[in-house]
Amino acid sequence: MARAATTADAFNAVAEPRRRQILDVLAGGEHPVNDLVVRLGLAQPQVSKHLRVLREVGAVEVRGVGRQRLYRLNGEALKPIHDWVSGYERLWSERFDELDVVLNELKEEEAEGGSSE
Amino acid sequence: MVAVSSGAATVTLPTDEQILIMREFDAPRHLVWKAWTTPELVRRWWHANRGEMTICEIDLRVGGTWRYVMVADGFGEGGFHGEYREIVSNERLVSTEAYEGIPDADEHAAVDILTLEEVGERTRMSILVEHPTKEGRDMHINSGMEDGLQDALDLLEGVAVSLR
Repeated sequence: MARAATTADAFNAVAEPRRRQILDVLAGGEHPVNDLVVRLGLAQPQVSKHLRVLREVGAVEVRGVGRQRLYRLNGEALKPIHDWVSGYERLWSERFDELDVVLNELKEEEAEGGSSE
Repeated sequence: MVAVSSGAATVTLPTDEQILIMREFDAPRHLVWKAWTTPELVRRWWHANRGEMTICEIDLRVGGTWRYVMVADGFGEGGFHGEYREIVSNERLVSTEAYEGIPDADEHAAVDILTLEEVGERTRMSILVEHPTKEGRDMHINSGMEDGLQDALDLLEGVAVSLR
């Protein structure tokens, strides 16, 4: 769905270390803002400011339960970042799969006592 | 012989300048070290099935240098080199890593810290790549993206599912 352009995208949103900390906490489950204040050791206005940025890019969602507002992670919004890293991750995964083959041979050699180690 | 993968590598970005690559291997630590530091063995896995390694030089001593060159299918030749800074056999290897495809490669070199940790009969490997700048780090990640682009479409589906 088309949205009004914002100055921030997911990459900008997670460029700030405190916001990454917030995402880490929310990855463990839904939390009210007070939890985040305690865990991060920041003042509430600062936490709220970071949450606002994260909500703007859709990385965090909020819902009201009684008088509380609960924040939760929305992984889908972070997908562009995941995609970006995944090509590199795949390179290393395939490299390591080949390394597994070499290691299996070394293990066999060693078991046969033929290693020059 | 059928290759059995011990699992996928995980790549995370701990800070703006860093890349952290982690993987466990079903082999004792000294063999992982051997496969990592012996040119004839490195030639067999570093290519990641993307081409052929044409040069693999390792002078494993502090102040010694290494150089890897690969001709990747469809992407031409790419070279990397660096210098060993710290060597603790079977445990830890610190080296610089410069990508020869950019101007002033050595100025922009990353520092790689390889750590091997024993987990019973297995070995947990971590590679921490630290770039001088965020731009350098991002460029490094992008180079991997190009290599993997052919498979990107397949990946998207899996990623989407894993994020639900």
